[in-house]
Amino acid sequence: MAFGGGWLQRLREGLARTRAGLAERVDALLGGRIDEEVFEGLEEALIQADTGVATTMRIMDALRERVRRESPRDASAVKAMLQEEILAVLKPVARPLNVKPEGLTAMLIVGVNGAGKTTSIGKLAYRFRHEGRRVIVGAADTFRAAAIEQLQAWGERAGVPVIAHQAGADPAAVAFDAAQAALARGADILLVDTAGRLQTRTNLMEELKKVHRVLKERLGGELAEVLLVLDATTGQNGLSQARLFGQAVPLSGIILTKLDGTAKGGIVIAIAGELGLPVKLVGVGESVDDLQEFDPEAFVKALFS
Amino acid sequence: MFSNLAEKLQSALAKLKGRGKLSEQDVEQALREVRLALLEADVNFRVVKDFLARVKERAVGQEVMQSLTPGQQVVKIVHEELTALMGGSHARLNLAGRPPHVIMLVGLQGAGKTTSAAKLANALRKQSHRPLLVAADVYRPAAIRQLQVLGDQLGIPVFTLGERHDPVDIAQAGVSHAKSHGNDLVIIDTAGRLHIDDELMDELARMSSAVQPKETLLVLDAMTGQEAVNVAERFNQQLELTGFILTKLDGDARGGAALSVRAVVGKPIKYVGVGEKVDALEPFHPERMASRILGMGDVLTLIEKAQASMDAETAQKMAAKLRTADFTLEDFLDQLRQVRNMGPLDQILGMIPGLAGAKQLQGLQVDEKQLKRIEAIIQSMTPEERAQPHIINGSRRRRIARGSGTSVQDVNRLLKQFEQTRALFKQLGGGRGPRRPKGMLARLFGH
Ligand SMILES: Nc1nc2c(ncn2[C@@H]2O[C@H](COP(=O)(O)OP(=O)(O)OP(=O)(O)O)[C@@H](O)[C@H]2O)c(=O)[nH]1
Ligand SMILES: [Mg+2]
Repeated sequence: MAFGGGWLQRLREGLARTRAGLAERVDALLGGRIDEEVFEGLEEALIQADTGVATTMRIMDALRERVRRESPRDASAVKAMLQEEILAVLKPVARPLNVKPEGLTAMLIVGVNGAGKTTSIGKLAYRFRHEGRRVIVGAADTFRAAAIEQLQAWGERAGVPVIAHQAGADPAAVAFDAAQAALARGADILLVDTAGRLQTRTNLMEELKKVHRVLKERLGGELAEVLLVLDATTGQNGLSQARLFGQAVPLSGIILTKLDGTAKGGIVIAIAGELGLPVKLVGVGESVDDLQEFDPEAFVKALFS
Repeated sequence: MFSNLAEKLQSALAKLKGRGKLSEQDVEQALREVRLALLEADVNFRVVKDFLARVKERAVGQEVMQSLTPGQQVVKIVHEELTALMGGSHARLNLAGRPPHVIMLVGLQGAGKTTSAAKLANALRKQSHRPLLVAADVYRPAAIRQLQVLGDQLGIPVFTLGERHDPVDIAQAGVSHAKSHGNDLVIIDTAGRLHIDDELMDELARMSSAVQPKETLLVLDAMTGQEAVNVAERFNQQLELTGFILTKLDGDARGGAALSVRAVVGKPIKYVGVGEKVDALEPFHPERMASRILGMGDVLTLIEKAQASMDAETAQKMAAKLRTADFTLEDFLDQLRQVRNMGPLDQILGMIPGLAGAKQLQGLQVDEKQLKRIEAIIQSMTPEERAQPHIINGSRRRRIARGSGTSVQDVNRLLKQFEQTRALFKQLGGGRGPRRPKGMLARLFGH
């Protein structure tokens, strides 16, 4: 190793300190004068939340401008202003699920591998079922080993039927059958699971387009929701996911999962700022009821804790 | 994909002029762009800070090498340090001592543990091991089934007690099973869990002391952001990790998490996952990863390659030509021949910041067959045509196609590529446009 062994140790100690200290440090600073250190502390908090450099700089510029204009009394007012700046980005994208008052509401769930698609479908199915709606789930992940069984287990938990073919079957054919069944049985909600795929795999994105097209044709119109499931632990790649999935299918919103961990999910601020993609729900655990509405205020508060 | 960043870097590098020793200012300027690159790659911001402080310490006052600009020199140092920090060379699994050797795979939900377990079993079987997979994820629905399906596909045995047993018991029973069935390797797939879930983290600790693994690998998604350090640190505190498997590297994530976890935990990345198929597991290459995280195209490799395979005289002539934009089809052919020795042209050019992703270059590849065809076409031209391609009209194209045994489309394509290349070189060599690296290719060709 080119560096002396000591620096790694120092770095590790430093990291431990930073983590314990960031929130307190920011708060300590906030008690006092408004100086460069205050801005730096806030900037670090944003970067550490995965907001990304470009978005962070844009927000910080706006903040500095406001501070210049309004000359707040102390540093804690600066923090409040920053929260307002972020809320201004997030509030417009905090939108509820689009559930049609009557007729079939269809939702296609997409995302990269392991993001939490199947689990989110399980939670959604459970929620709708408990609202007294008739739900049908389509198992269009025919690729990953035991993906169908996983979804079927969720179907049992939620008490909803799962339309499935054999492993390896054509996902578009499964989607078609699920739509068919939903229409025939007069279901209120159709949820279609898809295989995880990296957004750069063009052939798999083509496959996804086909699933979407088939659903749309069978249902005679655009789906109520095409939801991207995004893991809150994701860093800057989240932007690429939103962009490229959005190019393949008409995304209507995001389900941000795994917010029960320590990750802040700041990448949705960047996505909101750049693409205006709504955040519809958040996942906060692995149980059937660990699905919540996206609350921008709580989200922003958590960014700085 | 990286072109934007590469552009930025290149423009920063272009600002650094002059020779001699690297001044503090040179270094700081170059490092500012590097800092951005690292943060955009998801390297933890504290790691970035400390890392760059070290680089700066080392770089300031260094002699600038003959063949490099100060900016390139700084990037070269950054790249070397990144590579060194990530572990120098490939770290192998430690499978010494008495078998069966136990390998535990741990990590967050959705990181790719189950798939990695199967891939690892497959890879190690190829090295004449007899692995047993143990399904200890009793929480996620159908997780056991998933491992069984993969095991069946590979013909590798999977041990399970179903979902109603304690994972620690399953792991222990798995090891006994391996002993009595002649398996020298036990790979345990554990349930995904949050690093802050004390109960489940404790379960892992108990499993670890029960089965005494030789390797405890944290499976980490390459797309992970700033939190990677916390995750790695908590798992390491509980379990004494021996290394990492970085998954989903086949996407466009820059993978800065690799650097973060390496820096805070100090354990090597042993494998990377590069696809969903069971054989998509590769040994980790620190150098490649360093280039990827830096995201600027490997300027230095390019320079080294270019210097090695270009003789000085050709290079000088070429540089002069590029400057005057007096670039003929013959030069084009010459250049393709030279470049052939270095690798595919678009890949080579892709390594030059500022050229990475240049649209004009897409599809411009030089494989042996194509080169032969291009040679034939150009050799079927008259000297006049080679020097002044604009006189090549329709009937000349037909003649050339016939003479070279190719089609008119082939001739058209070549002429188009030539024009594009010339336009691009003119732009670069002539220093048109703002902050274009003047004479970058000239430098590249050893000037
Ligand atoms: N802690 C936590 N875990 C979650 C959450 N959502 C999903 N998970 C877990 O993440 C893991 C992956 O979830 P899946 O639902 O299988 O993800 P997927 O996107 O369907 O995965 P593939 O189909 O394999 O691409 C599972 O272990 C889930 O239990 C969440 O909100 N919080
Ligand atoms: Mg799934």
